[in-house]
Amino acid sequence: MSGQPLVVARNVSKSFGHVEVLKGIDLEVQRGQVVCLLGPSGSGKTTFLRCINQLETYDGGRIRVDGDLVGLEERGGRLHRLPDKRIAAQRREIGMVFQRFNLFPHMTALENVVEAPCQVLREPRAQAVARARALLERVGLADRAGNYPAQLSGGQQQRVAIARALAMRPKLMLFDEPTSALDPELVGEVLAVMKELAADGTTMIVVTHEVAFAREVADEVVFMDGGVVVERGAPAEVIGAPKHERTRTFLARMRAEHRA
Amino acid sequence: MSTRQPVSADGAGASEAERPGPVDAVGVRHPWRWVAIAVIAVLAAMFVHLLVTNDAFDWAFTLEAMNQNLVIRGFLVGTLLTTVAAMLIGVAGGVLLAVLRLSDNPVLAGVSWVFTWFFRAVPRYVLLTFVGALGALFATGLSIGVPFDFLLTQWFGTPELRLLTFDQQWVYGVFGGLAGGIIGLGLSEAAYMAEIARAGILSVDKGQAEAAGALGMTKQQTMRRVVLPQAMRVIVPPTGNEVIAMLKDTSLLVAIPVNIELFFQLGVIRSRTYEVVATNVAAILYYLAATSVLMVGQYFLERRFGRGFGTRTTARRPAVVPGAGGGGAA
Repeated sequence: MSGQPLVVARNVSKSFGHVEVLKGIDLEVQRGQVVCLLGPSGSGKTTFLRCINQLETYDGGRIRVDGDLVGLEERGGRLHRLPDKRIAAQRREIGMVFQRFNLFPHMTALENVVEAPCQVLREPRAQAVARARALLERVGLADRAGNYPAQLSGGQQQRVAIARALAMRPKLMLFDEPTSALDPELVGEVLAVMKELAADGTTMIVVTHEVAFAREVADEVVFMDGGVVVERGAPAEVIGAPKHERTRTFLARMRAEHRA
Repeated sequence: MSTRQPVSADGAGASEAERPGPVDAVGVRHPWRWVAIAVIAVLAAMFVHLLVTNDAFDWAFTLEAMNQNLVIRGFLVGTLLTTVAAMLIGVAGGVLLAVLRLSDNPVLAGVSWVFTWFFRAVPRYVLLTFVGALGALFATGLSIGVPFDFLLTQWFGTPELRLLTFDQQWVYGVFGGLAGGIIGLGLSEAAYMAEIARAGILSVDKGQAEAAGALGMTKQQTMRRVVLPQAMRVIVPPTGNEVIAMLKDTSLLVAIPVNIELFFQLGVIRSRTYEVVATNVAAILYYLAATSVLMVGQYFLERRFGRGFGTRTTARRPAVVPGAGGGGAA
């Protein structure tokens, strides 16, 4: 089993009404690998990421995580959509970090991290709290456990959100532009936490505009545009020596923005 | 103002005397405030004078009327208890109706819509009159069993399948009394609360449900643990209004008719003594007192559900100065 890739997506397509946002995406992610999805806005990379944990349903192709079809089941020679409860069960194994953090504002940082283990995994509260404190410490926020999200900076909120996702011990972590909503001086602290996760062997799919991060951390970089994968490969190839014009244009623009 | 002396960037070149000191300015005058104060003072004096000198205010009688056992019981049961019980039905029913209305199931959403449509359309006085006379609908009694069993009996000769049967008197007794009043007012309230709860649920950012879903929480858990607690912040203030409106609408219980009710009992005294002003003032004082207590309760509820919002919330544990404990992760 462990020799198989953790995530296998084949020919995934998705339309919103008449607009085709994904036109046959293929992707494989090996265990312990970090894959970065780059591309201009509207390229479909966020939609693809959301399909992996069923925040969006896909219309075509198949996505498998750890061998299991995502959101679907083959029974009696036909595909059946999974009911909500089964989808919830699949999502437990997949952690997600959002662009806008989406912390629960009525709970403290600690309560945010404790919530899912207690409610979903039925972990004893004392045990969940102890683990939550350890996770908050790991993201450098041990002293912020009692703060509400509104009392934290964006970077701190995003680090709490990462701890919250890790509390479910997911097999796979999805990051949807985790630093795009942050003030520039706060980006570094979040990327530092993500680098540590990558170093610890967490399997990660990261949608990002941080080209430098992708170059340093990713095992594979996938460049998407217009709902298709334009180019993929090792970061040194895709970012260092892009073959396609669209990739070059995108990277040049990102670099220009970075300097500005 | 420019100065002729050269001033260096750090201001060290300017002498102390030329650097502006504290702002010791004359405040803006508000003459109209004084005019308003004068006018209102005169009106208030006139009002107090009226209260004290007008003999129609028989304060001694007012207090005596308020102190009658039946009036006190009417206030406790017909006004307070009914308000609490009807609001419990109203809030629980309203939240349920809102969740149904927002569900993916078109049948449930439709049921919720029809319920709200009906109970909002019927005036409470009319509704209570109807509920009080519900017994007339069940001349043969009301029973729980297999639906349409009498038709099956007619067609196939099977015996009637009934578990529990209540006779007409029982139906009259229940709906023609306090229980009927509480149910009627509660269902009517549920229709209004449904709209308030729906607005509250819709006010919660969609990302919240997504985040909960991504953690593997079921829709039910998401609603109960994440969405509703945040919706409460929006739901509580208008619900306070509803409670106060309900408190006053309990005076409609006379339509059932229920006689253990504040205004009904004061009405009895009024028609016996012709003390119109004193009995009405007694009622007003009761309603004022109850409403004032409710407003205090609302303040605390709003504070409870406002946790984590706004700038005045404090951390559960002593917090360090924001920004001091940044990047321990690096």
